[in-house]
Amino acid sequence: MTNEAAARAPKTALVRTTALCKQYVQRGSFSRKKFAVEALSGVDLDIAPGCLTALVGGSGSGKSTLARCLAMLERPDSGEIWLEGESISVGNPQQAARLRPKIQLVFQDSAGALNPRFSAAEIIAEPLEIQRRESGPRLRERALELMEEVGLPPDWANRRPLEFSGGQRQRLAIARAIALQPAFLILDESLSGLDLSTQAQVLNLLLDLQSAHSLTYLLISHDLTLVGQIADFVAVMHQGKIVERGSRQQVLGSPQHAHTRKLVGSVQVLEAAFRTAQAGGGR
Amino acid sequence: MKYLFRRARHGILLVIGASILCFLFSDLAPGGFFDEMKLNPQISASTVAALRAQYGLDRGLPVRYGSWVQSVLRGEFGYSFAYNTSVRSLLMLRARNTLFLTSLATILAWLIAVPLGVWMASHPGQWVDRICMGGTSLLISLSEIVLVLGLLYFAVRTHAFPVGGMVSTGFDQLGVLGKVWDLTTHLIVPAAALTLASLPILVRHVRACLIEILGTPFVESARAHGIGRARLLFRHALPAAANPLISLLGLSVGGLLSGSLLVEVMTGWPGLGPLLLESSMSRDLYVVVGIVMASTVFMICGNLLADVMLVIVDPRLRADLRAE
Repeated sequence: MTNEAAARAPKTALVRTTALCKQYVQRGSFSRKKFAVEALSGVDLDIAPGCLTALVGGSGSGKSTLARCLAMLERPDSGEIWLEGESISVGNPQQAARLRPKIQLVFQDSAGALNPRFSAAEIIAEPLEIQRRESGPRLRERALELMEEVGLPPDWANRRPLEFSGGQRQRLAIARAIALQPAFLILDESLSGLDLSTQAQVLNLLLDLQSAHSLTYLLISHDLTLVGQIADFVAVMHQGKIVERGSRQQVLGSPQHAHTRKLVGSVQVLEAAFRTAQAGGGR
Repeated sequence: MKYLFRRARHGILLVIGASILCFLFSDLAPGGFFDEMKLNPQISASTVAALRAQYGLDRGLPVRYGSWVQSVLRGEFGYSFAYNTSVRSLLMLRARNTLFLTSLATILAWLIAVPLGVWMASHPGQWVDRICMGGTSLLISLSEIVLVLGLLYFAVRTHAFPVGGMVSTGFDQLGVLGKVWDLTTHLIVPAAALTLASLPILVRHVRACLIEILGTPFVESARAHGIGRARLLFRHALPAAANPLISLLGLSVGGLLSGSLLVEVMTGWPGLGPLLLESSMSRDLYVVVGIVMASTVFMICGNLLADVMLVIVDPRLRADLRAE
């Protein structure tokens, strides 16, 4: 790292983005005219180590694009991403290969995110094999250990993803994500689509893993009730920008930005409707 | 194994159904092999009737079908009126020539299509991909007739390779290398026409299947875990895209006997194509039925092969079959 880069490096945050921009060029359905969609527009975000930071916002606000940039699946057009004080925005394949294991992503659609032709053990073992962390018989042993760690019976190791339930598949995806002992885990709507009881079980697993492995989480979610219960910090995205960020109490307790107020307000309306329905005998 | 037997049983039923339909349609077609003789004043009506009776053509359709089935069971597949020999002996030589040509063209087409399709899918929208897509569009829009005519025109103008037939006159006098060279040069026009005709569809299928798979979440997720491009393509994407391609391969194998008829006729390749045309024109009924049935059996076997291959390569299908 150059002296200049070292001077710019964040001192406290595990992950920091500065002025991150990303545009997608699209073409109209019936014309050749191109137009740009600004997915990220100068995103500044600090993610504190060992904490759970929630990223909330409406559909199309740029949350998943930010997650993809952080996971190095997309290259931002401009701006920088820092991990443990090291810039990862530069298109350097060796650096990317070295840093990639430290950042892992758990997708929402566990059925789609796991190769349907691979067995559970193969799915977990593949990153270990690629990154040359384990080899030979130890590879499978480590995969079985990880299955046990996320609460999956090791004798299910030969099952394919579609033979697992939604919650079990998400555990499998988490086992694969923690296989490389990452520092930073991005949970892109990973709890959505699960029933409440399964969601609670997976959430407890994630919190246990966080304390066991000192993990830092970025939870992308639409569910403000869930975020209000577990997040340490909350950042609100709107039209490709972070419009508000701070501690959970600050952002959700006394929202400053109009969009945050609207999001929090919509949850309160839903809760009030639910209470009214319960008082009326429920339907 | 149980699955294989079930599929084979379906195949046999299909062959029986196809043979009945084939007989029914050939009976509905106007005219017959001996009808032209009626126009000849030197041949009496009683002679024609005697010939019809000799070959059993005066009997009802079910009886004729029964006789044909018996003949199939004896391995003769009926009798050719024109060649005065069993259909099997006629078909064997011609089918061998056809299979030689179509197998070569099919292997060539797949050998080009898979790497080209994979490469195009991994560089979508780039200029080489666009040029290849343009080329495949052009080839799809050209009919086989235009392709063969173009190749024949090229061969005639340049004298680069012989036109028509399978071997030159005096082939028997050539040495081994000379024979191989002679056969190879005769193969170029028909094999190139067949390869170019099937190539664009195969390339587009491989490309489309792979592009679809490369956009799925599990490939994205594999990328996020640092899995390299080559492994991503060949260990994740290509096996996942294999199912539709295997079905297509089944169709390719199934079409080995019937896919080249037009090209054979146009290039004078001594395969089943010219024989079918000639037999159809002269109403040599059992030869036509024999060729149609051989093509049907090949199509069914091609599909059976594809089904078996799907079970071998897709663990989900194996699990489903075990669960049954």
